Amino acid sequence: MSDATINNTTQTGEAGFGDYFALLKPRVMTLVVFTALVGLLAAPTPVHPMIGFAAILFIAIGGGASGALNMWWDADIDQVMKRTRGRPIPAGKVQPEEALGIGITLSAMSVIMLALATNLMAGAMLAFTIFFYVVIYSMWLKRSTPQNIVIGGAAGAFPPVIGWIAATGTMSVEPWLMFALVFMWTPPHFWALALFMRSDYDDAGVPMLTVTHGRPSTRRHILVYTVLLAGLALGTAFTAVGGPVYLAVSVVLNALFLSGAFRIWRRDEAMAEVDNYAVERRFFRLSLLYLALHFAAILAEAVLRPYGLGGWG
Amino acid sequence: MSLKVTHEIHDRRFGRNVGLALVLVGFIAVVFGLTVVKVTSGGFEPPRAPVQEADG
Repeated sequence: MSDATINNTTQTGEAGFGDYFALLKPRVMTLVVFTALVGLLAAPTPVHPMIGFAAILFIAIGGGASGALNMWWDADIDQVMKRTRGRPIPAGKVQPEEALGIGITLSAMSVIMLALATNLMAGAMLAFTIFFYVVIYSMWLKRSTPQNIVIGGAAGAFPPVIGWIAATGTMSVEPWLMFALVFMWTPPHFWALALFMRSDYDDAGVPMLTVTHGRPSTRRHILVYTVLLAGLALGTAFTAVGGPVYLAVSVVLNALFLSGAFRIWRRDEAMAEVDNYAVERRFFRLSLLYLALHFAAILAEAVLRPYGLGGWG
Repeated sequence: MSLKVTHEIHDRRFGRNVGLALVLVGFIAVVFGLTVVKVTSGGFEPPRAPVQEADG
């Protein structure tokens, strides 16, 4: 962004509709929508399409609202990091108070509407997720511990649980397997990003593992978490949400993911700088595919089940 | 000079208003759709009073 644009937006003080939409972190919202949808459809209770649509919509809006509140709180560090400098608040397009107002309003609206459309437990779970992401992760952990990503990753892991509860109205063990998958996937995903974004987190003073424990330690952590994730992901194949399709997809993805983590572990900074962190970037892109395809496989098992093809049954 | 000259800010404001209008219309449609589904599926029916049998 040029200085001219900053001056222009500051003078006019008028944000476009797209700037407000960007506050809701649309890319994160796609992950929320997809995992919540899988949670909803994998549940054993059929849901009316209209209620299912409304449930996913309000879960997505709740996720977006927490994104807006996160941008309001983190405006100071977003200004410093290259990756986040273009966000609406640091770019001067939206005022922090506007983001706060939009975040609180949409949070309340999404929780109430989800509870009315489905059940109270789903609404309460969405409220807890927003609280966890904004207060526990953004306000507390992110700036105080290098384990920020590990514990904060739980916030992104709740949507399939909310989707499941929206459909069934009860809590059971299956959606928590999906929760565990996202939870264990988040650290290697973000640490790979932290490796190739290099000085971003250092400059912002965020205690990312790369800053507090160094890059070689981060590489070791990626490998350890990937091994644990692979065990969990493959083990899920033999549970109620898994099956042969899931197992086949998971074996391939985990072989690729483990090989990527192993290569990251074997490299040092000098090697990484030669090819501009090509291995770390590839691992990050693979991580997106990894999660999407695991959830697609869970969905496939659920869709095939009524025809006697899903699961091990 | 005409007073009707539109500045870029007017276009942006118009886009924002149209966006907000569409969001509100969408919200109304979702609430209406939910209401129809809940009512037709019996979700809003009050508990039935016990039926009194006619005396003899």
